[in-house]
Amino acid sequence: MRKVGVFVCHCGRNIAGTVDVERVTEALRSYPGVAYSIDYLYMCSDPGQDLIKEAIAKRDLDGVVVAACSPAMHEITFRRTVAAAGLNPYLCEVANIREQCSWVHRDDMERATLKAIQIIGTIVEKVHHDEPLVPLAVPIARRALIIGGGIAGLQAASDIAAAGYAVILVEREERLGGRMAQLSGTYLNFDSTADLLSEKVEVVTRNPHITVLTRAQVEAVGGYLGDFKVKVRQQGNDKEYEVGAIVVATGYDLYPKERLSEYGGERYPDVIDGLEFERMLSPTGPTAGEVRCPSDGRVPQEVVFVQCAGSRDPERGVSYCSKICCMYTAKQAMMYKMQVPQGQAYIFYIDIRALGKGYEEFTQRAMEEHRVLYLRGKVSKVFPQDGKMMVWGADTLSGKRVEVAADLVVLATPMVPNADAFGLAQKLRVATDEYGFFSEAHPKLRPVESLTAGVYLAGACQAPKDIPEAVTQGGAAAAKVLSLFSQEKITHDPIVAAVDSELCAGCGICVEVCPYEAREIHPLTKVAVVKEVLCQGCGACLVACPNKASHLRNFAPAQIMAMIEALEGG
Amino acid sequence: MRHLYFPGCTLSTKAKGFAASGEASARALGIDLVELSQWNCCGATFPLAMDNLLALVAPTRILLNAQKEGDHLVALCSICYHVLKRTNRLLREEADKREKINLFIEEEYRGEVRVFHLLGLLRDEIGFETLSQRVQKRFQGLKVAPYYGCLLLRPFQEIGLDDPEEPRILDDFLASLGCEVVEFSHKTECCGSYLTMNSSEVTRELSHAILRSALASGAQAVVTSCPLCQFNLDYRQGEMAAHYPGFAQIPVLYFTQLLGIALGIESDTFGLADHHVDPRPLLREV
Repeated sequence: MRKVGVFVCHCGRNIAGTVDVERVTEALRSYPGVAYSIDYLYMCSDPGQDLIKEAIAKRDLDGVVVAACSPAMHEITFRRTVAAAGLNPYLCEVANIREQCSWVHRDDMERATLKAIQIIGTIVEKVHHDEPLVPLAVPIARRALIIGGGIAGLQAASDIAAAGYAVILVEREERLGGRMAQLSGTYLNFDSTADLLSEKVEVVTRNPHITVLTRAQVEAVGGYLGDFKVKVRQQGNDKEYEVGAIVVATGYDLYPKERLSEYGGERYPDVIDGLEFERMLSPTGPTAGEVRCPSDGRVPQEVVFVQCAGSRDPERGVSYCSKICCMYTAKQAMMYKMQVPQGQAYIFYIDIRALGKGYEEFTQRAMEEHRVLYLRGKVSKVFPQDGKMMVWGADTLSGKRVEVAADLVVLATPMVPNADAFGLAQKLRVATDEYGFFSEAHPKLRPVESLTAGVYLAGACQAPKDIPEAVTQGGAAAAKVLSLFSQEKITHDPIVAAVDSELCAGCGICVEVCPYEAREIHPLTKVAVVKEVLCQGCGACLVACPNKASHLRNFAPAQIMAMIEALEGG
Repeated sequence: MRHLYFPGCTLSTKAKGFAASGEASARALGIDLVELSQWNCCGATFPLAMDNLLALVAPTRILLNAQKEGDHLVALCSICYHVLKRTNRLLREEADKREKINLFIEEEYRGEVRVFHLLGLLRDEIGFETLSQRVQKRFQGLKVAPYYGCLLLRPFQEIGLDDPEEPRILDDFLASLGCEVVEFSHKTECCGSYLTMNSSEVTRELSHAILRSALASGAQAVVTSCPLCQFNLDYRQGEMAAHYPGFAQIPVLYFTQLLGIALGIESDTFGLADHHVDPRPLLREV
C-alpha cells in the first residue's frame, strides 16, 4: 500500500467558509493508507506547494491527494509540484471539494464537511491504485499546411518558410492573392494592391520551401497536433500530406445582394456592391479602371454609397459591424472624385468607424478635400425612375428626407464567411460562431488559435478584417506554428485505453466504436491494439468490449470499485 | 367550407362592390363567408402609442364575438385585417395589456381566434394553381400593377402575410387570373391614408407618385385590397390632371372585382360604375 499524503486547501474562505477543513484534515489522518495530512490557506501558492514538496521528501510519500478546487483548474500545477519533488506526476490527484462541495452547500457546514471527507476518501483509494505513467511522445511533422492563398495565408506561408520549414499552400482559385487581388488600391495611400500583392506572391512562389497548390481544396483531415494527415484534391487528383500544423486563412465573401430587396436585390444593373466597384476601379478590371454605369457605360455624375447595407441590421442582414466598410467607402468615393471631379459622391452612414492609425484623418480628407457629401442616415429604398436610380434616404442631422437621382449606387454589404468555410470547419473539427466565422480559442489572449490543438486562424475567416490586420494575424499564426516546430518533442496525455491481450477475442467491436480511429486489430496477433497518440481516453471501447479486455489507464475497474466502496463505507 | 367573416364599415357603405364581389367570388370557390351576427367598427387604426389600450376595445369586442361563433375570422379590407390581426396578437402575447382590456370589457378573451385575409385563404387554402384552373375568363394581356400599400404587410413580425419588401401574394394572385403583372417601384409605398381628410394635397402627391410609377411600368390598371387606398388612388385622380401636366388616368380595382369577373360571375353588383375612373371600357377591351 502507498504512503499517501493529503493536502487540504482552504482556498481562503471559499472552502474553509463552508467546510471545517481542520476536522477534514484530522479525519483523513486516520484514514487507511494515509500517512500524512495537513491543511493550508492556499495550497496552490508557493508556500503551499513547498509544503507538498517537503512532505514528500521528509515522509517518503509515494502518493499525493490535494483536496482543493476543480482538477480543471490546478491539476497540472500540483502534478508539476510532485514531479519537482521526484514523484511520478500521475500519482498525484485532485479531490474537488470546492465546485462540487463547498460552493454548492453553503448553508450546511456539517454535511459539507462530511461530504468533503467522503470525496477525499475516494480519491485516496484512486491514488492507491494509480500506476506511474509517462507522457507519450508525439512526433512532429515540421511542415505546415496553409488553407487559403489570400494576403493572410501568403503572410503566414512566407514567415514559416523564412524560418526554414516546409509549407503546403492550398488555394481554391487558379491564382494566389484572394480578395486582395480583386481590389483597386489600398486606403490611406491609394497604393496599387496589384503591386503590393505581386511582391508577396513572388516571395511565396520563389521560396523552395513552399509548395503552392492552386485549384486545390482540402478534402479530408485526420490525425492531430504534430501529425495531421490531410487529403488535398487538385484538379481531380487526391494526394495526402503529413503536416504538423494547419493555418486556416479562407477569407470572406460578401453578403448576397439579392437578400437586400429594398435596394433592388440583383434586379438593377446600376446597383452594385463594394467589390464590384473595386473591380471597376482596378486597372485590370472590366472597364480598365474607368468608372462606368454597368447598364449603358455612361460616366456616372451622381454616385450614392450606402454604408451598413445589411450590416448592423439584425432584421434584414447581420447584427455585426463589418468594420472595413467606412474606410473603403471613403477610399472609393475619393477615387471616384479623382476620376470624375465634377461628379457628386454621397455617402449614407450610421456612424463613421475610422479606428486605426491615420484612418480618421483619411475620412476627413474625403469630406474636406474631395467634397464627398456625408449624410447621416439610412437609405430606405432604391428604385429606377426616368433612367436614374432613385435613392430615398434620411439625413437625420437635418431631420429631412433625402432623395437622390443617382447614376450609380454602391452598397457596402456585410463581410460574411466564405461559403465553403462551414464544411471545412467540420473537416478540421474546429468550432464556428453563430455567423459561421471560425472561433478563436480566446477573444483576448488567443486570437489566432482555434480550440483544436494545432489549428490556427488568420485573416477574415475569423471576423471582418482589413489588409493590415490580416497581415498581422498571418504573421501571428506563423509565430505560433514556429514555436510549435521549434520544440524538440510534444507530448500527449498518457490517460489512454489499454487492451489485455489475454482477454481480447479480436471481435473488432471496439474498432467500430472508437470515434478517433485509435484502434485496429493487429494483423498477426489478431487482437485489438490501441494507437495511443490518437486515443482521447473517452472510454467508449471499455463499455463496448464484451470480454472486459479494455481499460483506461488509471481508471481501471478495480480502481473505480474501490472508490465506490469508499463512498459506501463513508 | 364555412368561414366567419367581418365585412367592416367601409365594405358595408362606400365599398359595397368590394364586399359583393368578394362574397360572390368566395362562394363560387367553395368559401362560404358567414357574416358575424354582431359586429362594430374595428377602429380603423391600430394605435401608435403603446399604452392607448382604449383604442383596442372595439377590435377586441369583434374578436370576442367571433370566438362565440367560430374559431377564425376572415377580413377583406386591409385595414380591418391589420387592426384585428395585431390586436389579436397583442391579446394573445401581452398578458398585462390583455388583463387590463379584459377587465374593461368585463369578459375574458385571450387571442384564440385566428385572423385571415381573403388573399391568404386563396393562397393557402385554395392555392393559386387550383384557382387558375377555375378561371373561366382569363385577362389575357391585361397589364396590372399590384398595389399592396402599407397595412396589409407591415409590421411583418405581427402580420406575417408576406415579405414586406418584396411581396408576392397579390402578384401571384393576379398572374393566376391570367393578368400580366408589371413590376413597379411603389407597390409598398403609402398612399397618404387618412391624410386625405385634412391634408388632401399630401395624399394627392403620394398617390400620384404611386400611379406614376405604375403607369411608367406600362400598367393599365392598379389593383388593391384596401378601400382607403382605392379611394385615394382613384378619387384623387380628379385633381391630379390639374396638378401634374400630362397625367393619364388609370382605373383602380379591387382584387375581388377581377376575381369575380374571371370566375364568370355577373358583375352588376361589383360597383364598377361607382369608380371615379371607370374601369369598364378597359375590362370590355380585354
